[in-house]
Amino acid sequence: MAGTIQLNETPGGLRPPVAKGGTGRLYDLMEAWLPKIVIAPTFVACVVFIYGYILWTAVLSLTPSRLLPLYEFVGIEQYQALFGNDRWWLALKNLLVFGILFVVVCLIVGLLLAVLLDQRIRAEGFIRSIYLYPMALSFIVTGTAWKWILNPGLGLEKLVHDLGWQSFSFDWLVNPERSIYTVVIAGVWQSSGFVMALFLAGLRGIDDSIIKAARVDGASLPRIYWRIILPSLRPVFFSCFMILAHIAIKSFDLVIALTGGGPGFSSDVPATFMYTYAFTRNQIGLGAASAMMMLMIVVAVVVPMVWSETRRTSRG
Amino acid sequence: MAEERMLMPGESRLSIGRILVYGALALVCLYYLMPLYVMITTSLKSLDEIRAGNLLALPQAVTFEPWAKAWQSACTGVQCGGMKGFFWNSVSFVVPAVLISTTIGAFNGYVLTMWRFRGSDTLFLLLMLGCFIPFQVVLLPMARTLGLLGLASSTAGLVLVHVVYGLCFTTLFFRNYYVSIPEELAKAARIDGAGFVRIFLRIILPLSGPIIVVSIIWQFTQIWNDFLFGVVFSAGEKQPITVALNNLVNTSTGVKEYNVNMAAAIIAALPTLFVYVVAGKYFVRGLTAGSVKG
Repeated sequence: MAGTIQLNETPGGLRPPVAKGGTGRLYDLMEAWLPKIVIAPTFVACVVFIYGYILWTAVLSLTPSRLLPLYEFVGIEQYQALFGNDRWWLALKNLLVFGILFVVVCLIVGLLLAVLLDQRIRAEGFIRSIYLYPMALSFIVTGTAWKWILNPGLGLEKLVHDLGWQSFSFDWLVNPERSIYTVVIAGVWQSSGFVMALFLAGLRGIDDSIIKAARVDGASLPRIYWRIILPSLRPVFFSCFMILAHIAIKSFDLVIALTGGGPGFSSDVPATFMYTYAFTRNQIGLGAASAMMMLMIVVAVVVPMVWSETRRTSRG
Repeated sequence: MAEERMLMPGESRLSIGRILVYGALALVCLYYLMPLYVMITTSLKSLDEIRAGNLLALPQAVTFEPWAKAWQSACTGVQCGGMKGFFWNSVSFVVPAVLISTTIGAFNGYVLTMWRFRGSDTLFLLLMLGCFIPFQVVLLPMARTLGLLGLASSTAGLVLVHVVYGLCFTTLFFRNYYVSIPEELAKAARIDGAGFVRIFLRIILPLSGPIIVVSIIWQFTQIWNDFLFGVVFSAGEKQPITVALNNLVNTSTGVKEYNVNMAAAIIAALPTLFVYVVAGKYFVRGLTAGSVKG
């Protein structure tokens, strides 16, 4: 926090000249309070709409609420119901499959593209723009587009048939065993360019002199990347991982637009599960319990990451 | 920034490695562009042509009918007014939500850097953690609150929701930007007798151009592209365009009009694509700034 200014807590020298007459004190008082008054609405909103609501949802998850909130304590019944629900387990499994594939593939693709783009490429800005534009689109648009491309009757499958490979079959979108993988395809398409941008920024931040020294020592380019450049990208890896994991855990729109959680509920994830139970099946208590579990997952993934990063950087 | 980089000294202009690198980059470009190409060409084809041809074929007889239908008369559920109304719905809550959350974020960032008080760091931490919560955990109470306030399914309700949950990000942006402004500037102004408002207006605001643009672009794309809040907190004619698009595409009755769907998808994507094309540099900056901690 070095470099920040604490104006109002330095009495004496930095006080504003007092205006003449009786308004001086009032003016001083107002000046002292103004910063707090300005930030107060945000403080209240934050406490109420974030932390208060989390508490409220936690309370709801301990009640038998169905269509309407019912404030009657039933202990962890809803959580027991949740973990006795096959659909929830499938949603968790899908999240695991989707989350791991999405994060890993995005990291690999993003890093590879960044390394390729870092080779003094002509028209680099133009190419970068192409890789990045999917990020400007909403997941609903992305889902709609990929749903059309992956359409077994008319999309990619037909294209390959027309090219002469008649026995080609690509029905992942409607195959309960495969549907979650189509979400990975569309998700990677949308988010990998962004990871590329972060890695590229990281690569550009590396001190050239180390690399030059390594070259003088006769190290090969792949070796330089592997031994020097990649290790120094560690903080970027962390940021990317955190953002991607976060996107994965929250991912709702993409699944809704692409598969609608289907076929059946084969591509359900916790976010769609929560929406379905809380808002279309009128199981408020169960929905609240699943939302609390989502929060726990985020906490379990993000907090250790932030913790280790801040400890590392504060020591460094 | 890239030009000075000296990564591979002694490298010839046209080696096999270079060709491979360019080839790989070009191939990936095709992959990223394919969905956009498919969307545009499909939206210009007739349904017959879609069934007869394939995904990558260029339209033989270009027709703008799907576009007209998507804009004016396509059916989303029971309504058949096209995307038009929903497009303007989105505009009507996105614009105020972006402006309000950016304004408040700027003041918050200013207070949190130049006028820190006891507890302000804690407040900042609380806000920062707010960037991480999965919104599912606030949906039920928010729905209840909006109902009690009489704001359910209203534009004002959506503005409120987006402002509240956007504040964490905008505050973070401005705070991290203002930290880098030298304190002498504000101190000197303070000695000269400038107060809270004057220092902000005369010194801080004129320096804030880039971060204001970043915040506006970030908030605009986030709120325009939002689906979760839209689908939970709005209904019927008041729905944002993302929800309407999803309803249109997933309408189970009648013939699936892929060309109309694609036209509607492009309409829903146009505003953010436009921002990306016009202010791409700032878009990237916003993305990377937002990624620092959230």
